[in-house]
Amino acid sequence: MRFLRLLLPLPLMLGISVQAQSPTYGLGRTPSAEEIRAWDISISPTGEELPAGSGSVGEGSQLYLEKACAGCHGTTGTGGPAPRLVKRDVGPDAGPWALGRVLPIRAPYATAVWDFINRGMPLYQEGTLSADEVYALTAYLLFLNDVVEEGTVLDAQSLPKVEMPNRDTWAPLPEWWRPGMSRLPSYPY
Amino acid sequence: MGSKRSDRREFLKRGVALAGGVTLGAVAKSASGQLEGPEAFIQGTDELVGYGKRSSYVTSVRIPHGGRASPDTFGLDFHIAAPLQDSVGVITPSSLHYMGTTRGSFVPDIDPEKHRLMIHGMVDNPLVFTMEELKRLPSVTRMHFIECAGNRANRRHRTVQETHGMTSCAEWTGVLLSTLLKEAGVQDGGDWIVAEGVENVVGASSIHMAKAMDDCIVCYGMNGEAVRPQQGFPLRLLVPGFEGILNVKWLRRIKVVDQFYMTYNDYGHLRQDSDDAALGMQIGPKSVITYPSGGQQLPGRGFYEVSGLAWSGGGAVARVEVTTDGGRSWVDAEIRGTAHPMAHTRFTFNWEWDGQECELQSRCTDVLGSVQPSRVQAIEYWTQRGQPARVKGQDNSIQPWRVESDGSVHNAIS
Ligand code: HEC
Repeated sequence: MRFLRLLLPLPLMLGISVQAQSPTYGLGRTPSAEEIRAWDISISPTGEELPAGSGSVGEGSQLYLEKACAGCHGTTGTGGPAPRLVKRDVGPDAGPWALGRVLPIRAPYATAVWDFINRGMPLYQEGTLSADEVYALTAYLLFLNDVVEEGTVLDAQSLPKVEMPNRDTWAPLPEWWRPGMSRLPSYPY
Repeated sequence: MGSKRSDRREFLKRGVALAGGVTLGAVAKSASGQLEGPEAFIQGTDELVGYGKRSSYVTSVRIPHGGRASPDTFGLDFHIAAPLQDSVGVITPSSLHYMGTTRGSFVPDIDPEKHRLMIHGMVDNPLVFTMEELKRLPSVTRMHFIECAGNRANRRHRTVQETHGMTSCAEWTGVLLSTLLKEAGVQDGGDWIVAEGVENVVGASSIHMAKAMDDCIVCYGMNGEAVRPQQGFPLRLLVPGFEGILNVKWLRRIKVVDQFYMTYNDYGHLRQDSDDAALGMQIGPKSVITYPSGGQQLPGRGFYEVSGLAWSGGGAVARVEVTTDGGRSWVDAEIRGTAHPMAHTRFTFNWEWDGQECELQSRCTDVLGSVQPSRVQAIEYWTQRGQPARVKGQDNSIQPWRVESDGSVHNAIS
């Protein structure tokens, strides 16, 4: 800022302070739309960024073996060296939180399951699955957890609509928080 | 002794021969036999000339935290705790800084020349920065602690490394995230950011814009040098005072979005209860005595400087009190140096131990007036409101250490 002040005539300087949205330092370059698309693997709960493609529970059950998921997570989704992928058997009346920290059952949105498999699995070969394969594996893991039926096919439209059991039973982070506030104003500690 | 002496004489002879008169003074003094000199010398090597190393007599190390090996059977690093029992001052050496990754990840080996940070989403000007460009921007250097949500003491823990080792403090240098966000121009409705790293699981966390625009730092420097690989080299996000998982390492992308994105990291820390969610996001006032602490041994009665660390996500530490009688009476401790906002703060207390069994505790009050509770106080607060009997959110309760009459020190959580 000091540097700019030396170089720029006063009217331009005023322009900078009025138009807060224009860059001050002029460093960094503008990425192309394709570049942003290639980098942007975020998937929102509403699924806007989901790519084209689809996959079924049946395809997922095949891929689960072919892609070596079974080797780490166990053929039935449990019993392997990696974390279990099926809910715990705690009886029919258990709420979604009692079923364990298992992504395809505890995640409030099915998009979170898709997103993690897409970015993080299979371990050692992350990022190698196609969109179709991720849809299929997501469908299969949701089927194993009794979230979807056996005949289910998931795609960009149907995935965000999957009703996860934990959809409304989690607490959002406090959006009321502002700098300088204590973590919970009514709480003295 | 005899052989060591002759070794040394050999060495000294060579030293004299090589350096001539320059070392002669030192030789004359130690050879005169008034005081025992050191038993050995550390051979200078190109490596040690280039980058120093600590003494082989200093053996303080980090340990895997919470019962899961690091690296685990897959080679993943998970949670590694800092040896706070050996800490002095407020800076955790970079090599001993605690480490956390969500369910484990590999530490990427990143060429900083190739590394880029992209800012995009709901912004007027999406931008891609090289490391060099980031370093040209106005910087800040601040002391900040980071603490893992799993830093929760229990009665099975023996040492302060086990009870509290998942927090550390460093001097961080970088560009304020607000500088970058203003440069990109956040659009109306851009209420959240998603920050993402480049490690194998591409960890990402959602952070509210009020925090992102306040004091978050995109850091390339740590304790006077580049951020260490385990801490996110070449770039990590610092979210002062908030839970550890938000401090995204190996940072490559920041997307401005309109909602909480429920990433894998977000999901892993979800709470059922909104009080829990609030009390887990920002860290409360907290402190712990690091000397004497669990597993240490006092040699006998007499004078001791009791020493510990205090911190708060709500700002600077305003006051630390110490009790030596299990909480019946409290005395102000002294704050050593400056209490920086959201930074570990060293406190000390002059103590004359009479050799009797006793219980030491410390209690932190931050600038907001929030006070560190005892476990009993925190639980009572909730049970009086008809809630389950537990400490909600990030556990900031007081750590008791019992000193027995034989001088041994033990975790006194009951
Ligand atoms: C080499 C072992 C390995 C393979 C192969 C593997 N995983 Fe994983 N998976 C892990 C580990 C370990 C974790 C725990 C997260 C971590 O440490 O990165 C995990 C985590 C997960 C999770 C999140 C679990 C949770 O609840 O947090 C899902 C879902 C998952 N894997 C699905 C898959 C799928 C689908 C495949 C096959 C395409 C697969 N994994 C292949 C090791 C593996």
